[in-house]
Amino acid sequence: MSNINIVKAGEQGVVVDFGDVIEPGVNARVHRLAQLISGKMPHEILELVPTYRSLMVYFDPLRISRDALTDKIRLFLDSDAESSEKADTATVVSIPVCYGGEFGPDLEFVASHNKLSVEEVVEIHTSRAYQVYMLGFTPGFPYLGGMSDRIAAPRLAQPRVVIPAGSIGIAGSQTGIYPIQSPGGWQLIGRTPLQLFNPGSADPFLFAAGNYLRFTAIDAGTFQEILRQVESGSYKPVTGTVKQGEDAACAL
Amino acid sequence: MCTVIKPGMLTTVQDRGRTGYRAFGMPVSGVMDRYAATMANILAGNEPGAAVLEMTMLGGTFRFPSETYLAVCGADMQGTLNGKKIQNWSAFYVPANSELSFGYAVNGCRSYIAFYGGIEVPEVMGSRSTYTRAGIGGFDGRALKADDVIEIGKAGEMPCAPRALSYHHLPKYGNEVRLRVIPGPQDGLFTAEGLQSLFSKSFTVSSRNDRMGVLLEGPTVEHASGADIISDALSAGAIQVPGDGHPIVMMADCQTTGGYAKIGFVIGPDLSRLAQAKAGDSVTFVECSDQEAVAALAAEKAAYEKTAVGVSHGPLGGAPVKGAAASKEV
Repeated sequence: MSNINIVKAGEQGVVVDFGDVIEPGVNARVHRLAQLISGKMPHEILELVPTYRSLMVYFDPLRISRDALTDKIRLFLDSDAESSEKADTATVVSIPVCYGGEFGPDLEFVASHNKLSVEEVVEIHTSRAYQVYMLGFTPGFPYLGGMSDRIAAPRLAQPRVVIPAGSIGIAGSQTGIYPIQSPGGWQLIGRTPLQLFNPGSADPFLFAAGNYLRFTAIDAGTFQEILRQVESGSYKPVTGTVKQGEDAACAL
Repeated sequence: MCTVIKPGMLTTVQDRGRTGYRAFGMPVSGVMDRYAATMANILAGNEPGAAVLEMTMLGGTFRFPSETYLAVCGADMQGTLNGKKIQNWSAFYVPANSELSFGYAVNGCRSYIAFYGGIEVPEVMGSRSTYTRAGIGGFDGRALKADDVIEIGKAGEMPCAPRALSYHHLPKYGNEVRLRVIPGPQDGLFTAEGLQSLFSKSFTVSSRNDRMGVLLEGPTVEHASGADIISDALSAGAIQVPGDGHPIVMMADCQTTGGYAKIGFVIGPDLSRLAQAKAGDSVTFVECSDQEAVAALAAEKAAYEKTAVGVSHGPLGGAPVKGAAASKEV
């Protein structure tokens, strides 16, 4: 555990840093620590924010000193080391996507850029589950790991001013979903009818950091049908489980 | 009830912010100047974290068809009640059919109005704060416009005697802001000269300052080898330094993660002063220990508690002196 640094982030923040890499195993450790702490959630800890390779722990410095908090975190890290043999499972959330057409105006570019057919791009994009390393940028925006380099594509030279909520994009070797309407420069390959962010709901976000996402291709008719269910509140997200940190090709 | 005649430059409903969802990328928002907003609530007789109006640079004009009681704290926006000058950092009774009007901030940048009973807007994800970029919370998720009607919450028997904040607790807004900083988490990514620049030179608040962050011009802060990091978590107070070396202090509406090295964090109690800084004001940073930061937090809390005690022992139960008498200092 000597490669873990615990550093300051203001008077009410501590960063537990697992290393300077974007790597599924490192990210899985971040989420394991977050789960361990939130399972017990000591009252002096206010909020946890997992990111690629570190966990931010916001605390109340009038209730606990930084040193005492650091000791507590080290105990959690020790208990994680003891239980690391145990296979952890993560939730996989299914994201239905209508690829191409008006929903994915850049799908053909991504295909021709990689000398693939449109069908091959869709097949590769839907062939595995993607680890949600962290959420950020806008409410509910997932930073996903694990996309195949075979469908990588550069960002648009000129970002779009308005990208509709639910748009699925590719930028470099990353893929992601725009949870709210926003400007952006990603190549758009499709759109999901699901609502990633619903502030009026008791459960405002469709998925959390540490979950996995799996894209499934749907046609325009199914898109409209699911959209109706989402709007009426009757849609139930399809979820499964996967062993954390490993290739999730068979999940769901 | 309160009708907006003129909204001012940027007037939003804010409370202590939308915490608990930062892991989902949801910014906290909330008041920029926690001290002024909290004191306004205490003087008005509210819970310290109740929703208030935050006015920016140019205040608004508001009409009250029925009587109310409210407090005004923060920047001096030359407020008047029915044409008569009001006392800043005080709470007072507002008779029915009154007009409360503000102009430009003559010192400071943000002014807060706390209505007795708070502001009746729906809570969104546990908060009444407005986050305009996603159109969430506050009044329809946006800044106030002319003709908006704000509902004021119902509370017990309305106070009527005026109250003014004790001069011991009045902050001074100058054109020079000194901010205490706890170094880290990425202070190791800067050169010794870079760190020295931060703690020895004077920076200038640029015109690019808003509820998301305050960009500082002037000296540059040198990185050892590049500004980019693997994006990690941040919050209000974080000092991000992008590749050009000009520091940005993140504020209430900041994103929850960022990809530039963070040389340090301005301590929470000092962010109130930065929230009152205007373009052209100068900013200096001084290194601060955990102990000093905790002492500053405790002092802030003590000021609130002392003021709250003063309010609860004030002339609430006494004979009503509507508008006439001098403010009692609390």
